Amino acid sequence: MGLDIKIPIGLMFTILGLLLTIYGLATISDADLYQKSLGINVNIWVGLLMLVFGIFMLAISKFKKPEK
Amino acid sequence: METGFSLGWIDWTTMLIYFVFVLGIGWALKRYMKSSKAFLEAGRSLPAWVTGLAFISANLGALEVIGMAASGAKYGMATVHFYWIGAIPAMIFLAIFMMPFYYGSKARSVPEYLKLRFDEKTRGFNAFAFAIMTIFASGISMYALALLAETILPFHFTANILGYEFGPFDIYLLIGALIVLIYTYLGGLTSAIYNEVLQFFLIFIGFLPLVIIGLINIGGWEGLKENLEVVSVNNGYEPGAWLHTWKFAGDASSNPMGVGWFGILMGLGFVLSFGYWGTNFLVVQRAMAAGSMKAAQKTPLIGAIPKMFLPFLVILPGMIAIALTSNPDSGFALAPKGNSYDYDKVIPMLLGHYYPIGILGLGLTALIASFMSGMAGNVTAFNTVWTYDIYQSYLRPNQSDKHYLKVGQMATIFGVLVSILTAYVAQMFNNVMDFLQLIFAFINAPLFATFLLGMFWKRATGHAAFFGLLSGTFAAAIHHGLTQPFGETMLVKGGWLGTIAHTYPSVMAQNFWTAIYAFTATLIITIVLSLATKQKKSNEELKGLVYSLTPRIKDESKSWYDSPISLAIIVGVIAIVLSLLFW
Repeated sequence: MGLDIKIPIGLMFTILGLLLTIYGLATISDADLYQKSLGINVNIWVGLLMLVFGIFMLAISKFKKPEK
Repeated sequence: METGFSLGWIDWTTMLIYFVFVLGIGWALKRYMKSSKAFLEAGRSLPAWVTGLAFISANLGALEVIGMAASGAKYGMATVHFYWIGAIPAMIFLAIFMMPFYYGSKARSVPEYLKLRFDEKTRGFNAFAFAIMTIFASGISMYALALLAETILPFHFTANILGYEFGPFDIYLLIGALIVLIYTYLGGLTSAIYNEVLQFFLIFIGFLPLVIIGLINIGGWEGLKENLEVVSVNNGYEPGAWLHTWKFAGDASSNPMGVGWFGILMGLGFVLSFGYWGTNFLVVQRAMAAGSMKAAQKTPLIGAIPKMFLPFLVILPGMIAIALTSNPDSGFALAPKGNSYDYDKVIPMLLGHYYPIGILGLGLTALIASFMSGMAGNVTAFNTVWTYDIYQSYLRPNQSDKHYLKVGQMATIFGVLVSILTAYVAQMFNNVMDFLQLIFAFINAPLFATFLLGMFWKRATGHAAFFGLLSGTFAAAIHHGLTQPFGETMLVKGGWLGTIAHTYPSVMAQNFWTAIYAFTATLIITIVLSLATKQKKSNEELKGLVYSLTPRIKDESKSWYDSPISLAIIVGVIAIVLSLLFW
């Protein structure tokens, strides 16, 4: 198949990772929000994890024009 | 739970982005769907890591995610029997011994292999049984999805359309079904497989924090152990009953599963798991979509690696949940149900308890993703069997490929529509899940005996295979009708033949033994009838279908680590080490 699955996976995780990391940074002083997760800012951690994974997927994917 | 989760804009955005990508993949693949082979077989062109992840992800549906977490709470560590003994050996066997015949025979489906190896009636029996079973499984996934959405999403609306009161359940059911329909209709099997890979990563990243936070809360592994010892003792078992896989399997009454080592080894580890992983087209189809024989062989092996570690993602949350529940200081308790707990709510309740806004959307999306992959997997297996094994074989043979592509697409729509109906059936009968598992035992266990003989004994004949299968299913029904699990009175649990010959300590024990009887009956009847009937297939016809008549595949791997055999050995060794670690 002409579509490399690494591209949509990479894109989706990069976008979701960015979104979550930024949200985590914006709520960094919101202790009430993170009471549920035992005071850990899980949004930043999981966001960064997804971001790294997304970028890695994009890096190893082959950007190429779909075959005719 | 009654009021639903409070979600923020970011949670909705996450869900929305996921849906955009899911549909986008289907849309991007649309242009390649020019033949029935592209649509129904993914063109046999996918790399092994993709089909390998799809292989386990297609299984990671509602039954596994919700069911394994529930079993983790109910039975503890022993639930991993469904993985290390109940999946890995079968996956290795499929890869090394069965895949050469599936892939090499050029059969397009499991029923089609049966036609090539045996005869038309054996194929027909299997094709119809599988088509019905897979649509049921798809409907149950959709039912679980809608039920979950109804309990956790904070919308409570109703709309009266044509005199029918549409509630949240109906709306979520239709939305879920519509999304699955669109992406499987547009991109066929490739789209389903690609989305399964995407869903696999999403489920992994979405559930990982749950396990980590849960473990921190209970006081790490040591804390979990201490609390589970309390759980074990409270339930009348030895302190370690919730913490060991094999240690208490010597005697069925000393472990919470109520199954002894022989039942586990033969029933689950051999008959049920080999029957499921080796003959269920839902999973075998993923391996058949691979680009080469070697990739097809590697598919179950690559899938086996994450599969071995899935217990830490899906069973551990259940163990953590029951440990937290037993500890009054933890602030978490499972909802009671009858004189026990509502085990099916383990994952949603933990998500709601630990996940703040932000990651909560991710966790819910992962859950939704798992249900959708379960649904899409079944729909894509259904449309292939319908098109090739039922429509092309019995209804309209010898049409153009364009015609069969169209039929495949129509079958996708039809499959989703029937799944929706099945979801409502599931809603009406609360024990439909038990019923499905029963059918699996009735159909899959005998089928494995047929395949074993078909692939390794050239003398096995078509008549023998057909009547062997029938008697296996019959034997399963009789065994089920004559036995009953302890404390159960519902007829779906057995005992409907009036007299109870034996009472099993648990439903699971009864299931395992039903499978063992069914398998043995098929094995014996097929051997006896084969010897009594004439083999109509010539050796030439059976070439590529039977072990002794097929030339060995030359291993053209460039290095030792590239070959399926070494991968199989590595997988086997890891599974053994894990089993010993958690003995």
